[in-house]
Amino acid sequence: MRFNASWIAITLFTIVVYLLMFVPVVVVMMLSFNDSQFGGFPMEGLSLRWFVALWENEAVMRAFRVSLMLGALTALISTTLGVLAALAIVRYDFPGKRLISTAMIAPILIPEVVLAVALLLFLRWLGIPRSFLLLLAGHVIFTLPFVILVVQARLVGVRREFEEAALSLGANPLQTFFSVTLPLIMPAVLAGMLFAFTISFDDITGTLFWKPGGVETVPTQIFAMLRHSISPEINALGTVMVVITVVLPLLGMALARRLAARTRVQ
Amino acid sequence: MAATDASSFDRRPWILLGPALSAVTFLLIIPIGFITVYSFWLRTAIGDEQIGFHLDNWQLVLTDPFYRDILVQTIRIAAVSTLLCIVLGYVPAYFIAYSDTRHKLLLILLLMLPFWISYIIRTMSWINILGTSGALNTVLLWIGIIDAPLRMLYNEATVVAGLVHFLLPFMVLNIYVSLDGIDRNLTAAAQSLGCNGWQAFREVTLPLSLPGLAAGSLLCFVLAAGTYITPMILGGPRNAMFANLVFETIITQLNWPLGSALSLVLLILLGAVVMAYTRYLGIDQIAKSFR
Repeated sequence: MRFNASWIAITLFTIVVYLLMFVPVVVVMMLSFNDSQFGGFPMEGLSLRWFVALWENEAVMRAFRVSLMLGALTALISTTLGVLAALAIVRYDFPGKRLISTAMIAPILIPEVVLAVALLLFLRWLGIPRSFLLLLAGHVIFTLPFVILVVQARLVGVRREFEEAALSLGANPLQTFFSVTLPLIMPAVLAGMLFAFTISFDDITGTLFWKPGGVETVPTQIFAMLRHSISPEINALGTVMVVITVVLPLLGMALARRLAARTRVQ
Repeated sequence: MAATDASSFDRRPWILLGPALSAVTFLLIIPIGFITVYSFWLRTAIGDEQIGFHLDNWQLVLTDPFYRDILVQTIRIAAVSTLLCIVLGYVPAYFIAYSDTRHKLLLILLLMLPFWISYIIRTMSWINILGTSGALNTVLLWIGIIDAPLRMLYNEATVVAGLVHFLLPFMVLNIYVSLDGIDRNLTAAAQSLGCNGWQAFREVTLPLSLPGLAAGSLLCFVLAAGTYITPMILGGPRNAMFANLVFETIITQLNWPLGSALSLVLLILLGAVVMAYTRYLGIDQIAKSFR
């Protein structure tokens, strides 16, 4: 519509900013197919050898298994705790509600480094060393607020009458939750779960503090590899990470949308 | 049902809250209380902890110029990154809010995409751009502007570049949300009253987008000031930030009481920023209700 000079300048500026945001990542993905020994330009032909090298790199594969396990457990625990807490906050009135709901999202407001130090030192003082369990506890506490916020937002929109109808028809509270409330908030539960998984899978700030010696997650493995030099293998690993953290959530979103559409029809 | 409703104390919310509340209490609130106490303990030469009330750690942290300089450097890097995010982020946010392209949703989705791309990958991607065999040097050599690769990495500028790259989507999204909520009739009214396009922007649109700008800036500043990964990957030895000090003290030197004091300094500094912001927003809220 508008073709004046300032609008053209705004458009160009926007294009440049978007390019700045994406070119570096595109370059990583491009270089991961580079046939060269070194992780840089020039491109010397296309090859999948670095992906093969990744597949055969035992340390990297182990890091992947740790990250997937950690992400899945974090998502599961965090979502369970988060859904219960969101139910209490949205559906009930109790003394100290404001304070408690603020405390629940406090982990977002506190710098992650501080959270990492506090948790590490406290549990160490209790005699609990750095372990997978500490890592899991840290990831749960760090992802919990995101799950609560997402589920809470959806729960506010679910009318109480549905639950009351089920209760008055003789369902007990547990039955009501599983057959009425849960299906209605399912998209948010899945979104929260995905959120928790992605944050856990990507986390490095806390993980470097909490992880026991010898255990690596994918981000800390990349970090350790970067200390030597930037090899084409890191670029390949980056490409795999992008695929996992971008393609998986997109699939999940499509799934959640389909589920939501179905609940609406019913 | 009726029986439980009639009773004065309803246990159900507490049962539901129980697991999450105890997680937050035992994994966050008590640990932060613990490091507060811990920061007054001492680490002796043989590696024991001396329990007590010693001000040594705090005295060191608050008076040693080494710590002060790094704190100043941290605030500077975070502030410069935030400022650059505002400069780079406002125009795209304006474009998304006011353009009439059909691709608006796509533009917003693209903006969210970086949140999903691994932070460490995005950070290290700058090595592929600015490194000696990176994209920029390769292009410059190919054009013939330079004869030998330039050394552009591992300084404060690359740390800022990495941070801006990481933080920009937060800024653009916040400004966009704010711009999108502005009533379009207001600019039209300003223009019909004799403002030109720039004046209408400066007098109407810009002030009304300030809440989003402030929220974005807060987020960028707090996230930037708390990072240690970016300086470790993209910075040189002299570009350490405050969180790097915390990491070094805790993980390498194993001086936990001192590390506690250092992380509390960071918590207090960033807490004060957040507090100042909520105070400002509170005033803004009151002003809004009078309009």
